[in-house]
Amino acid sequence: MSPAFKGRAWVFGDNVDTDQIIPAEYLVTMDSSELAKHAFVKVRPEFAKRVQKGDIIVAGRNFGCGSSREHAPRALIGAGVSCVVAESYARIFFRNAINIGLPVVEAALSASDGDTVSVDVARGTVLNERTNERLTFKAYPPFVTMLMDKGGLIPYTKERLGCRRSR
Amino acid sequence: MGQTIAEKILSAKAHTKAEPGEIVEAEVDYVMVNDVTGPAAFDEFEGLCAPILEKKVVLIPDHYVPNKDVASAKQAKKMRDFARKHKVRNYFEVGSGGVCHQLMIEQGFAAPGRLIVGADSHTCSYGALGAFATGIGSTEAATVFARGVLWFKVPESMKIVVDGKLGKHVSGKDIILTIIGDIGVEGALYQSMEVGGSSISSLPLSDRITISNMGIEAGAKACMIPPDKKVDEYLRDRARGKYRHVLADADAAYSEVKEYEGEDIVPVVAKPFLPSNVSPASEVDVPIDQAYLGSCTNGRIEDLRIAAKIMKGRKVHKDVRMIVVPATKEVFDRAVKEGLVKIFSDAGAFISGPTCGACLGGYMGILAPGERCVSSTNRNFVGRMGDKDSEVYLASPAVVAASAVKGRIVDPSVVSR
Repeated sequence: MSPAFKGRAWVFGDNVDTDQIIPAEYLVTMDSSELAKHAFVKVRPEFAKRVQKGDIIVAGRNFGCGSSREHAPRALIGAGVSCVVAESYARIFFRNAINIGLPVVEAALSASDGDTVSVDVARGTVLNERTNERLTFKAYPPFVTMLMDKGGLIPYTKERLGCRRSR
Repeated sequence: MGQTIAEKILSAKAHTKAEPGEIVEAEVDYVMVNDVTGPAAFDEFEGLCAPILEKKVVLIPDHYVPNKDVASAKQAKKMRDFARKHKVRNYFEVGSGGVCHQLMIEQGFAAPGRLIVGADSHTCSYGALGAFATGIGSTEAATVFARGVLWFKVPESMKIVVDGKLGKHVSGKDIILTIIGDIGVEGALYQSMEVGGSSISSLPLSDRITISNMGIEAGAKACMIPPDKKVDEYLRDRARGKYRHVLADADAAYSEVKEYEGEDIVPVVAKPFLPSNVSPASEVDVPIDQAYLGSCTNGRIEDLRIAAKIMKGRKVHKDVRMIVVPATKEVFDRAVKEGLVKIFSDAGAFISGPTCGACLGGYMGILAPGERCVSSTNRNFVGRMGDKDSEVYLASPAVVAASAVKGRIVDPSVVSR
């Protein structure tokens, strides 16, 4: 994964559940770009139209609570979201994001929609360039860093299974 | 220092002494996926270079079956085709299965001491039988199909004790909603809940499953209830293979201990739009358009009996549609045999075969803008059962039934028998 991101902020509050990220009626495909068309459709209908590649989601506590649907991080990847910065995450969303390679960092950053936010995963810092608020976040546990470095759980599993590279 | 139930099971499955905060790779007993989360797992699995560990894999179509549209039909077919191709015996076709978590329990997959993962967040239900069970994603399910192991961060445990006699209409649903109302939707985030006490011991397994089922709504990774004789009696002719009870040590360390008096708990309702937004049912008093009885949370035969007792000889209010969905074929068959289906039908309720359908706003009971539903399900998020301007009030089967009759949300004692 690339260690640093810079993008426009989309700001959300606490307890953004996976039904908000991708409502259940759209769980009839796993295609990321198709899912992205319906991301936040009920709560931020403009999101899917205006989101740009590299944008960053800034949220409060317990981001991604609710269902285990991996469609949620996949929809965000499909929408071009480069990274999520939230004060805390629901654990299944956090696992799913790590396992499929969506960077998610824990920091309580204050931001407004459209602020430019930069995230340096290697240094463990997030910066709101408009307000100059800079926060540090705690590093992932070594196992999680290793998974992220390998590109997620699938590359790691292939390595453990001894799959040849061509597979 | 002693260990909690969660620490003991993860230690046994990881062949190490698992300490909270540590990440371990542990051996999984069963991995379950459904028709919504399965397809991605199947695609990822086909890219791995290993045969399927068939005995560990359980495939249950339940969310959008019978197929709601062509897209969901393709997903259900993908699961069926995967089961055939890889000769997965534990596949439960429409007409033989039902809602995955109730089926996992009925079919004896869930048992004390086991480590079970499922690509559905309510997998934590099996904690009621003393299993460490937790929801996972599709990609990780695929890796379990191939390796039989998964990484877990060993959670700290929060102990919850509920002691004392429970009131007449107080159920497991009221207990867990009261707890979530107190600790909040992230009150147990990253932690395992361990729920015990004399009130919990007195409850039938069905109510305990409701409690564990909704642990995830407090953010919990697992929601364990110490297994006892009631679990053994239930599993006598059901359990697949042997199992052993795993109980916490007397000196196990907990992040927190919360105590509740059973006598203080009343029938409650979680108002929109969070399961923590809890009020006594007697104080809510809003008109409803729909009443839903079903789901992995409260779609068991015991739930249907409670509702039928209230509804017998009564009618669903003229302004209300009532939808009754037994969780599995077994529940459905017993409801027919016991005359419960006739009671609901005579009352003017609509009864369907098992499906998750309306619980997650899929189909079979979608709400229009401005409509309000009292529901025995587990989530009341914005738009959960339909339009973003519809509302879901979570409640016990008794509250759902009484409210269906009255046309407004009421305490069950209003129509008590």
